[in-house]
Amino acid sequence: MPQATSPVPPARMVRAPRKAPLHPRRVFGHKSLGLFALVASLLAPAAVWAGGPPGVAPAETAPAAEAPADVKTLTMLMVRQLRPDRLPPLSLLDLPPKDDGLAGARLAIDDNNTTGRFLKQNFTLELIESEDPADLIAETKKRVEGGLGFIITDLDAKPTIDLADALKGLDAVIFNTSAPDENIREEDCRANLKHTAPSRAMLSDALSQYLAWKRWGNWVLVTGPTPEDKAFAEALRRSAQRFGMKIVEEREFKYDPGSRRSDGGFEQIQQQIPTFTQKLPAHDVLVVSDEGELFGEYFPYRTWDAKPVVGTAGLFPTSWHPAIELWGGTQFQNRFQRLANRTMRPLDYNAWIAVRSIGEAATRKQSVDRKALIEYMLSPEFEIAAFKGRRLTYRAWNGQLRQPLVLATGKMHVTVSPQPGFLHQFTELDTLGIDRPETKCRAYQK
Amino acid sequence: MTLLKHTAAVAALSLTSLALGSGPAAAYKVFISNEKENTITVIDSEKLEVVHTIKTGNRPRGIILSKDGKWVIVCTSDDNRMQVYDAETFKYVKDLPSGPDPELPILHTSGNPLYVSNEDDNLVTVVDIQKGTIITDVPVGVEPEGMGMSPDGTMLVNTSETTNMAHFISTDGYKNIDNVLVDSRPRVAEFKSDGSEVWVSAEIGGTVTVIDPKDRKIKGKITFEIQGITKDAIQPVGVRFTQDNSKAFVALGPANRVAVIDAKTYKVEKYILVGQRVWNLGFTPDYKLLFTTNGTSNDVTVIDVASEKPIKSIKTGRYPWGVVSGLTPMKAAENGAAK
Repeated sequence: MPQATSPVPPARMVRAPRKAPLHPRRVFGHKSLGLFALVASLLAPAAVWAGGPPGVAPAETAPAAEAPADVKTLTMLMVRQLRPDRLPPLSLLDLPPKDDGLAGARLAIDDNNTTGRFLKQNFTLELIESEDPADLIAETKKRVEGGLGFIITDLDAKPTIDLADALKGLDAVIFNTSAPDENIREEDCRANLKHTAPSRAMLSDALSQYLAWKRWGNWVLVTGPTPEDKAFAEALRRSAQRFGMKIVEEREFKYDPGSRRSDGGFEQIQQQIPTFTQKLPAHDVLVVSDEGELFGEYFPYRTWDAKPVVGTAGLFPTSWHPAIELWGGTQFQNRFQRLANRTMRPLDYNAWIAVRSIGEAATRKQSVDRKALIEYMLSPEFEIAAFKGRRLTYRAWNGQLRQPLVLATGKMHVTVSPQPGFLHQFTELDTLGIDRPETKCRAYQK
Repeated sequence: MTLLKHTAAVAALSLTSLALGSGPAAAYKVFISNEKENTITVIDSEKLEVVHTIKTGNRPRGIILSKDGKWVIVCTSDDNRMQVYDAETFKYVKDLPSGPDPELPILHTSGNPLYVSNEDDNLVTVVDIQKGTIITDVPVGVEPEGMGMSPDGTMLVNTSETTNMAHFISTDGYKNIDNVLVDSRPRVAEFKSDGSEVWVSAEIGGTVTVIDPKDRKIKGKITFEIQGITKDAIQPVGVRFTQDNSKAFVALGPANRVAVIDAKTYKVEKYILVGQRVWNLGFTPDYKLLFTTNGTSNDVTVIDVASEKPIKSIKTGRYPWGVVSGLTPMKAAENGAAK
């Protein structure tokens, strides 16, 4: 095993100065698209990126100058779809920060570099973001042709597979950190696409296992009007059947969310929700499917019957929660807080695992060669530690990250699935989501 | 497992007398830090029962004895310091400084200074335990954890959980001599008493890496297989060698077992069933008994080293974490009287 033998600078000294000089550089000309790029050492402070208002030209720091010649650099690209027309969630607590996801990627770059400084490897992150997926795809392709091999995406499902198709045949791998859609893992899967975001089926299975463990077997399912709400409801129906739960009634919550806040508001909701939940058959829980978090939070404590609310509100499944201190998570949360000046959200965690996966591969292979690393990450040897109390791996049949999922309320975790007693021939983690015998993904079969 | 533990408990008295056959066993005080309860449980190693409970600061984890055996030093992680208790009277002596979230301390072979890993600061703090002052900080990898000291006192080995490395640091000038990549989430680094090898357990990787401290080459890698236990539940943490370095005991976390390994061939000889989520291991000074802290079943399992059999489980405080045995036998008068 090769080992670094040269003197190692102390950690404090390799950090970039807090005030790195900024060199604004417009990459794309369309101001209206709000597309701007950032080439930044991820050791640079969050303020460098967060400083400018939307649409402002990119910032750049120059960390490479510090790196000695024998240090090998691996650069990743984060691709973010800006969604200014997406409605904000109901609670002020849940408003997404501007660097949602990105901050997690930056922490992972930091973590990669801590190992990297002992192995003469340096990790950096480039960023492109736009409202227009077509622009993002074109720019990503250009950069992949220019040598980048590792793409971390926060894109909707359709642009995610469009990007995968655009990069077909090139030495690049995409990590989907945000889209939970089943189809891009199943019938529309791509061999150059991995998923650190849990799928809807994984999330609904995680929830259902706990409800089965609690023997809360009779559900009322309330579904919102959006396609995402309907997709999660479909996942819940599948999970209910899989774990022997019964949906005793379904209701659609047809609702125009209007503005998020108004000076009044609660008086009417206090009347509306009991009325909506009247005359339901006997049930144990009310399951809400509202992915946009536009109405689900209205249900707890307002239902006609005194029943717990679960689903996307009340008790919800997630890959990460800002209050998790299990599995040595405290230090991880603290590091994130210091870097981003806020708590870690699921999207941050998903991006962190993606960037750490690449770093871990580079560490284990002692290489930054994209071909070698992509191949290694497809091998059964590849595994990653990610503060989940056990090693995590990627499913060989569709590139989905296996992981325990947390069930939590707004404040704290309640439990972690898979639940005890849900057994599996190979790994209990495959009791969450679509398993190998059921998969429709063929792209990974060579 | 419950059945076995019960059987073991019932058979405890007869077995102990059998197991410790040659000569009367000395009654040592065994100290167990209880992470959740903020206490140290004191166990009489002859009677195998709890004789005292010491109230400590918040989240006591790594626990060691001073070289003269007079002090019990424990990291109270959530208070960002260490605490010293008198090993005879169990009285609080003083605080020692550390960095944020201290986890595991180790003493220089001379007895002073003490090196402590601070999980939240990527630093190892060097502390003068007599003066109670910080001598220096040594930067290491992300989430420093395990601490090993070479028997000649020249080399410190620190593991970092997220960097996945064992850092070899000279105690003279605190230079980073070498960094050895091991498997995911390394926890404990333990030297053989002859200094020939250091073993590093990797909790998530599920392995123990054997490193030659002279050239820092990897001599071997130990893996574990237990029928009926999935691989990701096998999570090695605590490592201890018998007095003659012929065997090693390795705690396997949620696999609820301690592996017995031939320390020359690196072959796993057997697995001893213990309590749930076994973290750390500690011998009595005569190496006749091994105590295992079982994190989620709130007990310790006592293993008879000669027969390699569990002989009793003893209830501790909540979430027992670290274990260290007193050096000197209990005096007859205080034996049991400290309750």
